[in-house]
Amino acid sequence: MPEQHEPDGAVSAAGMGGAMDLAAAEAATLERTPGGPGGAGPRGRPRSLWSDAWRDLRRNPVFLGSALVILFLVLISLWPSLITSGNPLTCDLAKAQEGSQPGHPFGFDGQGCDVYTRTVYGARASVTVGVCATLGVAVLGSVLGGLAGFFGGLGDAVLSRLTDVFFAIPVVLGGLVLLSVVTSNTVWPVVGFMVLLGWPQISRIARGAVITARQNDYVQAARALGASPARILLRHIAPNAVAPVIVVATIALGTYIALEATLSYLGVGLKPPSVSWGIDISAASPYIRNAPHALLWPSGALAITVLAFIMLGDAVRDALDPRLR
Amino acid sequence: MGRYVVRRLLQMIPVFVGATLLIFLMVNVMGDPVAGLCGERQCDPATAARLKRDLGLDKPVWQQYLTYMGKVFTGDFGTAFNGQPVTELMATAFPVTVRLTIVAILFEVVVGIALGVLTGLRRGRPVDTGVLLATLVVISVPTFVTGLLLQLLLGVAWGWIRPSVSPAAAFGELIVPGLVLASVSLAYVTRLTRTSLAENRRSDYVRTAIAKGLPPHRVITRHLLRNSLIPVVTFIGADIGALMGGAIVTERIFNIHGVGYQLYQGIVRQNTQTVVGFVTVLVLVFLIANLLVDLLYAVLDPRIRYA
Repeated sequence: MPEQHEPDGAVSAAGMGGAMDLAAAEAATLERTPGGPGGAGPRGRPRSLWSDAWRDLRRNPVFLGSALVILFLVLISLWPSLITSGNPLTCDLAKAQEGSQPGHPFGFDGQGCDVYTRTVYGARASVTVGVCATLGVAVLGSVLGGLAGFFGGLGDAVLSRLTDVFFAIPVVLGGLVLLSVVTSNTVWPVVGFMVLLGWPQISRIARGAVITARQNDYVQAARALGASPARILLRHIAPNAVAPVIVVATIALGTYIALEATLSYLGVGLKPPSVSWGIDISAASPYIRNAPHALLWPSGALAITVLAFIMLGDAVRDALDPRLR
Repeated sequence: MGRYVVRRLLQMIPVFVGATLLIFLMVNVMGDPVAGLCGERQCDPATAARLKRDLGLDKPVWQQYLTYMGKVFTGDFGTAFNGQPVTELMATAFPVTVRLTIVAILFEVVVGIALGVLTGLRRGRPVDTGVLLATLVVISVPTFVTGLLLQLLLGVAWGWIRPSVSPAAAFGELIVPGLVLASVSLAYVTRLTRTSLAENRRSDYVRTAIAKGLPPHRVITRHLLRNSLIPVVTFIGADIGALMGGAIVTERIFNIHGVGYQLYQGIVRQNTQTVVGFVTVLVLVFLIANLLVDLLYAVLDPRIRYA
């Protein structure tokens, strides 16, 4: 039985070669020579959607740029002390609202905290919320949507109506209602809320992708050969339906980061003494006249982060969607 | 067509019930509903018990929900905890938010479509790249940041507008807040128009129109635009509900006393009647807007026929 797709091994192999090939890919982008360093792999090996997409991505300056920004964000959210020696909670009221000065390039906020240190430490909350919420939404949404699309029937009908229900509730509003009672000061209530209201988006995409993949000839063939539903779903349909989910999830990651900041701005997301860009922007908005820098730096960091994820998602979509080629 | 409308209306019912029930449950999770009645102090237990019995809060949630919905359909949205009927609050809040939404929709239609046409007809030129980049930036910057920055620049630094809107909230004062509310959708409308235009430009009917010697502006307005705008119109229609629900952030920044403001107050003060009432109306607006969009589809695109 011919396999129409390559198993996941191809992706991880390509992923491992990625770091080493970065320089070569950059050179290839400049040269634009077909069959250059970023060209086809070893001869005779079948080219899957994934290896094709990866070849495109390696030459895409937008992808490389946003991937670098994201890598940097992940690094500083894991080890903020890499680029700052300060403590975000050490503040000196005497210095409140002061501007930029040696050792404190971004100045001080309304409480006299160093804006640079707080901006660096704020990355952790955003990245954690974004990554965890996206993982949760992607897993829950694709499992529910995938099963509904594969088996159809009553479960599918119920799930479709349920997603309609969730779509009818404004997200920020739901967040305000649900999170206003939470007193916990961790990111988990926010993540939980996003998974609760975010899964229908992915489930719709996954359901559609599974229904499309289900009609392919190789699925019929596998069924005719007596493969079990579990095997068909996992080995034949899932690898071919996962691409749209990945694309939507990447773009959604950016929007979850923006949503966390919005909720924190409204006072129901993370709460002080947590350090988050949303909290800092909210705290700086009353002093907007005297200390605009305290508002601008975290806003800039937030915007660049969201932009990086959205552009990464855009680039991945362009690479994975063959119709756009 | 008639049968389709009936089917869609029937489909709306479970969604409406589900969404309002979900909000009802969420508000119940929100905390002790009578706690808000005693202000900052703790309620005296006997008073709390009596209040709960008077308000029917000692009954199970599903029974409360049924009673509430029964009243909603007779136009009674209950009483806010300051004694004002919720419908009275709505009468002052909804006109403001509707005005704000109208301004936002106008921005989407006029600016969004104009930019989309401009870039769609000049694909790959500097103006196209520039506008595309700008839309990406607008989409990435959260609305509350856009709002605060515009308030800082136009209201504080340059003094073109007043940083906060008066309670009357006339159309003139809502221009900048409307732009902020529209910003992200505006960028989507631009991109959608551009893509749709670029796709249809290669179609046969456009080639025919050009071949039979029509002047370019006529090809664009009569043939190309009419077909390209179908997805844009549906996007804007579906956006109405989202804009009204999302106005909460914009209204907070510019201190506009609309739906978002009342909802925020209701949530902070644990005023459950206000929250459930306003959200119920918002859900209804969302569902009706979506239904109208689906019907509009058939009017705009004669290939689609609902039997």
